[in-house]
Amino acid sequence: MAQADAGTEDLTRDASGQMVTADGVPLKQSLKRAERRRKLVAFGLVTPLLLFLLVVFIFPIGQMMWRSVDNPQVVNALPLTLEALEDWDGQGLPDEEVYAALASDFRTDMERARRDQFSGPLGVRLNYELSGARGAVARTVRNVPDFEAPYKEAFLDSHRLWGDVALWKVIEREGRPLTTAYYVAAMDREFDADGNIVMRDENRQIYINLYMRTLALSVAITVLTILLGFPIAYYMSILPMRYSNLLMIFVLLPFWTSLLVRTTAWIVLLQQQGVINESLVALGIIGDDGRFSLMYNMWGTIIAMTHILLPFMVLPLYSVMRTIPPSYVRAAKSLGATPFTAFRKVYLPQTLPGIGAGAVLVFIISIGYYITPALVGGQSGRMISNEIARHMQQSLNWGLAAALGTILLIGVLVLYWVYNRLVGAQNLKLG
Amino acid sequence: MLKTADGVTEAGHVCFDNVQKSYDGETLVVKNLNLDIARGEFLTMLGPSGSGKTTCLMMLAGFESATFGEIRLDGQRIDNVAPHKRGIGMVFQNYALFPHMTVAENLAFPLRVRKMGQADVEKRVQRALDMVELSEFGSRMPAQLSGGQQQRVAVARALVFEPQLVLMDEPLGALDKNLREQMQYEIKHIHEQLGVTVVYVTHDQTEALTMSNRIAVFNDGKVQQLASPPDLYERPENAFVAAFIGENNKLMGKVEAIDGDTCKVVLDNGDKVTALKVNVDAVGDRTTLSLRPERVVIAPEGSADLDNVFEAEVRELIYLGDHIRTRVKVCGNDEFIVKVPNSSHSPDLARGAKVRIGWITQDCRALDA
Repeated sequence: MAQADAGTEDLTRDASGQMVTADGVPLKQSLKRAERRRKLVAFGLVTPLLLFLLVVFIFPIGQMMWRSVDNPQVVNALPLTLEALEDWDGQGLPDEEVYAALASDFRTDMERARRDQFSGPLGVRLNYELSGARGAVARTVRNVPDFEAPYKEAFLDSHRLWGDVALWKVIEREGRPLTTAYYVAAMDREFDADGNIVMRDENRQIYINLYMRTLALSVAITVLTILLGFPIAYYMSILPMRYSNLLMIFVLLPFWTSLLVRTTAWIVLLQQQGVINESLVALGIIGDDGRFSLMYNMWGTIIAMTHILLPFMVLPLYSVMRTIPPSYVRAAKSLGATPFTAFRKVYLPQTLPGIGAGAVLVFIISIGYYITPALVGGQSGRMISNEIARHMQQSLNWGLAAALGTILLIGVLVLYWVYNRLVGAQNLKLG
Repeated sequence: MLKTADGVTEAGHVCFDNVQKSYDGETLVVKNLNLDIARGEFLTMLGPSGSGKTTCLMMLAGFESATFGEIRLDGQRIDNVAPHKRGIGMVFQNYALFPHMTVAENLAFPLRVRKMGQADVEKRVQRALDMVELSEFGSRMPAQLSGGQQQRVAVARALVFEPQLVLMDEPLGALDKNLREQMQYEIKHIHEQLGVTVVYVTHDQTEALTMSNRIAVFNDGKVQQLASPPDLYERPENAFVAAFIGENNKLMGKVEAIDGDTCKVVLDNGDKVTALKVNVDAVGDRTTLSLRPERVVIAPEGSADLDNVFEAEVRELIYLGDHIRTRVKVCGNDEFIVKVPNSSHSPDLARGAKVRIGWITQDCRALDA
């Protein structure tokens, strides 16, 4: 008996006590070899998508975040000037030496081919910090070939801003390859004369209000989709399959309709002379001068986006509710719970994964939504994404657009993290 | 029509009075049900699926409404009372333990909705857990329990608020065979300890025979027979019950003569059999003779104390340890089963052998066609 035991010991363990297979290879190594093929297959299956995401998602987002701090314009255009400025004490105008370096920098730039010149971007960049700076750079660059010493007077004659300490402070501050200026601007703040970050004037504060409004609108839309989506999802979940499929088609109809068609429909419905207002006036519910403005304001954004995003709430809710057998509520009732208690204590908690998934979807989609607010939002229905788009397309201040976008991205990630702490991402059920 | 089993004296705890139920307005799934269930009784509704047994249970629980008729609990009409006010415990087929609550919270649920004090709740929950031998499992989630443990919790939850009546809807359907048998005994013992009335629905006849005081056999929306397990097995009143409960040999024929308790039947192949008159009215009626396989004996040559003896041919032998299941052809029926006990004085049989088989009149019941 003891001998037989020893025999099996020899087969399954080597001298150091490790488990081995019949041919003496350590069990772990043998297992790893067997698993390797499976891992390769798994890797092969995800690689195409991974590469695709890398190229079209992760890389562009990295680019965007980089752009929000990237600051090459001053460094590229004015290398000698920045060197000369190192000795400047920041009090009063710089010395003649600095102006001479500036002239030299501008001349070097003029010798470059036109589309490689740095002075254009420099003017734009400085103008973000100090309005009028672009004109100063443009005019002076044209005149600089005729400048003669003393350069200081020549510059001051060319444009009055060269005699403004503020401009020199901007050049010194932004004469570094990385900047926080875009984030400072995106948070409605600016640098004061001493270089401290302070709030902007009340009437020039835009973005924080816009973030707050975006947040508030997104929360409102999320709450509305829950309130509207929960009953219909519940109803669909208790219907026989063929009826619930029919209802599902109606729920999905918004998905299948062109956004412009829907927008036209909303305009017909919601405008001051639209169907809703005309009907209310005709019925005598409101007076002719008491028409609701349902469009080109916050209400337009809320109504339209709730409509668009409703399916994102209904689908996860429905898929969760379908899996809740009616016997749970029946059990609760048989145990003495009123229908309301049975709903609140037994049914509702089980739908939380669906509510959570729907809320996260709707909230995250709506916080970055762009097209609907742009079409029906008017001024008070604008969201942060519209401002980002404006900086991308009209003001061409990509650095600020990138900073605004990065703040939005971080905000969403923080909210998701909070959500995960409160609810747990593993409790999401997306379908 | 209704019989009360021995030992159950107090009748009318639960009463179905002419209850009918239709879902579509065209067909009745429950046809004129009259049923009295005594206090403390364990009554099983047994029948194939679609026979109306579950519908009856759901009407009693309040999840379905009766189309016609009255359901009374202790003499009070309950068919118009909302389910949560009936105070009837219920165990569901899939247990229906609330998955987001611990076992203890599940058990506390019926007590908390009754606004019971915290100390009382804890005491009762612990007592309920002890009863089903899960004292240490109060803080587990239902998903962390095995099927049998979940079932015990479901039973405990249906009993923890001390209802007078507990309904069980195929509660053991999802368990494997061994566990199911064990749970059958446990539920039976709990019933005996607490003395609550249990109405139990199942399609498993063994389960019904094991656990019940009385069994109501359902088919086609009607109670076919209501009787204690031995009565049901040994004295089926119609062909459906005879076929549904246990194994049964059927011989079809026509009544030739009636003589008091017995009757003479001419089988379709011309053989004549004397049978017990159970469910035939007149000479000339078609009848089904019902005969349990274990009541048929392989008769040695010349033995004459059996009322009916026929020549049979052995078609198939299946060795089952304690008995040999023997399929023979007799009286024109080649699906006739005889259980031959595996004992030293049983004859040796071979396929194709000719044997004489026989049975006494009392074991052969003439039922409806």
